[in-house]
Amino acid sequence: MRKMLLAALSRVLQGPAAARTVAQVVVASRTYADFASEATFEIKKCDLHRLEEGPPVTAVLTREEGLHYYKTMQTIRRMELKADQLYKQKIIRGFCHLYDGQEACCVGLEAAINPTDHLITAYRAHGYTFTRGTPVREILAELTGRKGGCAKGKGGSMHMYAKNFYGGNGIVGAQVPLGAGIALACKYFGKDEICVTLYGDGAANQGQVFETYNMAALWKLPCIFICENNRYGMGTSVERAAASTDYYKRGDYIPGLRVDGMDLLCVREATKFAAEHCRSGKGPILMELQTYRYHGHSMSDPGISYRTREEIQEVRSKSDPITLLKDRMVNNNLASVEELKEIDVEVRKEIEEAAQFATTDPEPPLEELSSHIYCNEPPFEVRGPNQWIRYKSAC
Amino acid sequence: EPTEPDGVRRPRICLIACLILREKHTRCAPQVTVRDALNQALDEELERDERVFLLGEEVAQYDGAYKISRGLWKKYGDKRIIDTPISEMGFTGIAVGAAMAGLRPICEFMTFNFSMQAIDQVINSAAKTYYMSSGMVSVPVVFRGPNGTSAGVGAQHSQCFAAWYGHCPGLKVVSPWSSEDARGLLKSAIRDDNPVVMLEHELMYGVPFEMSEETQSKDFLVPIGKAKIERPGTHITLVSHSRPVGHCLEAAAVLAKEGVECEVINLRTIRPMDVETIEASIMKTNNLVTVEGGWPQFGVGAEICARIMEGPAFNYLDAPAVRVTGADVPMPYAKILEENCIPQVKDIIFAVKKTLNI
Repeated sequence: MRKMLLAALSRVLQGPAAARTVAQVVVASRTYADFASEATFEIKKCDLHRLEEGPPVTAVLTREEGLHYYKTMQTIRRMELKADQLYKQKIIRGFCHLYDGQEACCVGLEAAINPTDHLITAYRAHGYTFTRGTPVREILAELTGRKGGCAKGKGGSMHMYAKNFYGGNGIVGAQVPLGAGIALACKYFGKDEICVTLYGDGAANQGQVFETYNMAALWKLPCIFICENNRYGMGTSVERAAASTDYYKRGDYIPGLRVDGMDLLCVREATKFAAEHCRSGKGPILMELQTYRYHGHSMSDPGISYRTREEIQEVRSKSDPITLLKDRMVNNNLASVEELKEIDVEVRKEIEEAAQFATTDPEPPLEELSSHIYCNEPPFEVRGPNQWIRYKSAC
Repeated sequence: EPTEPDGVRRPRICLIACLILREKHTRCAPQVTVRDALNQALDEELERDERVFLLGEEVAQYDGAYKISRGLWKKYGDKRIIDTPISEMGFTGIAVGAAMAGLRPICEFMTFNFSMQAIDQVINSAAKTYYMSSGMVSVPVVFRGPNGTSAGVGAQHSQCFAAWYGHCPGLKVVSPWSSEDARGLLKSAIRDDNPVVMLEHELMYGVPFEMSEETQSKDFLVPIGKAKIERPGTHITLVSHSRPVGHCLEAAAVLAKEGVECEVINLRTIRPMDVETIEASIMKTNNLVTVEGGWPQFGVGAEICARIMEGPAFNYLDAPAVRVTGADVPMPYAKILEENCIPQVKDIIFAVKKTLNI
């Protein structure tokens, strides 16, 4: 103990070169043995539709898991806020639909499935792009339209892809049949993989969603349909859009769960339950995640003409997913406040570096304009704005 | 109405006769209908690659609405031949998603008129994804079915979609006329790693064509993007696709008696269009007439004319290019009205004579 204190003191006395804060010095004097390795939490019971039993009402969180979930959610939060900043500086253009407030959904989901499982979502996709394995710098560089973006600048906010992640889809509801098709491939190949297919409360009223429910149930496709209900489809509240707002029941003959989407552990346990249902060959299942977005629908929507500032503030103060996890961890000795602050600092630094990359990386070369039109095709000429401007498609 | 593959019976009888008479069996090449050519191609490609499967309305137990998939469900079963509910947007999206995840689906539209309900999935999900993902996600899917006119089916069931799909980058669009076209293009389409729209023609399904031994081989492919000169000529170029190619050949036969030799080009592919073959032909004949079943405005013929103006062949034209198309109306039902909405042989002959000023 004394040795440690002396070591810490000497580091402080080394001055700014040591670049360590007081908080870190204090942490250095506590060992990992001071923390609990895990804790059990009570989670909200899910509402069930056509199910005899649901997910468990308690969840075990290990210290390691907690720190990982915290860092991931914080990264997504700060990444989205950075995107907000860059958009207001006009460095990001076009559509930008931010995910802050909904972090528990994508992080809880990913914690319950395998990297070999498949996932597809709509346009509010930056969180999923990250949890499915794309580095922040590639996400931000895609938003700023640079060649270092995950789609080389050709996709933009709504069209980011990764291994076993099929975007990022701009047409509301179109991703739902696509997801069932991916699930069909999972069943066809027989590798015990599933597809998680997400859509919002707005998309839940699309006809093609119901066509998909029918075929997925008929053919017992291993598909978890997930409705991320953030209460508003653009500016239309759920009460004004749907005759039935029980989105978890809208699959009719498909069993459903309504889940607290602000509680990461609730999302994780429910998804584990749903994944097991699909993998056991029972067919599709539907999950409604009740969640909330702090930003408006997109960057061109202030988000206060159809809802009140008070409502937003209430959710922030009472149900913020990151705060919820932080409180749980600190109150149960899974982590210290300082430790989590350290993670915050680390995350901020990473986001800053990523933003630096995203604002300095060059735009894609003009040749990119004509590439990736066809797959595995010998080079051909592509017409530009007039007959004399021709590009060669290299790939 | 389903037809028996009697095109195969005749050669068999001939073969037996030849064996008895100890004559060399060369005289009759088998006659194969477009339907049977498609059926055989599907069978061979399903056998060749396990990832290939067929989905659509009535493709399995009904043997296909137009019997194109006859016998396939009995042979390959529920996993490979899938009957869908009447949910075009849904099952088209499912086909596209399956392709993204590594399968090679063939999505049948009972007719392309119904594809309009699913067109968002064809264009926004299939055609554009390889580009938007900068090559990360490919979509090897084939959309096929009968396109264009039939006989007395009315306005909602008679539209040609060549111009609609031909408009979009990221798609390949093919339009077979003969059995050889149908077989070779379907195989190429299935083996292509891109979304391919194959516009068949219902009235061609029952038409038999001679097919050489080479075209009957399992790896016979018609390359996508290459037109075929069906009949060489010197006085005028006729460019067409699908059923009207046959009408062009009939018109050419009539005109030949009057000393006019038409070069008939079968486009085979709408997108990417083989403009070079058309240009080379015009540089030889100096005259152009395009023939299509679809509506005139913003159509295939319009595109050909525009492209010719931009290239070297323009200076070789002795007269403005002329288009023969479907009439600019929704298709009426009464026989006399319908007949006059579809380009006839006489309409092609008239256009040729007007162009050549004879």
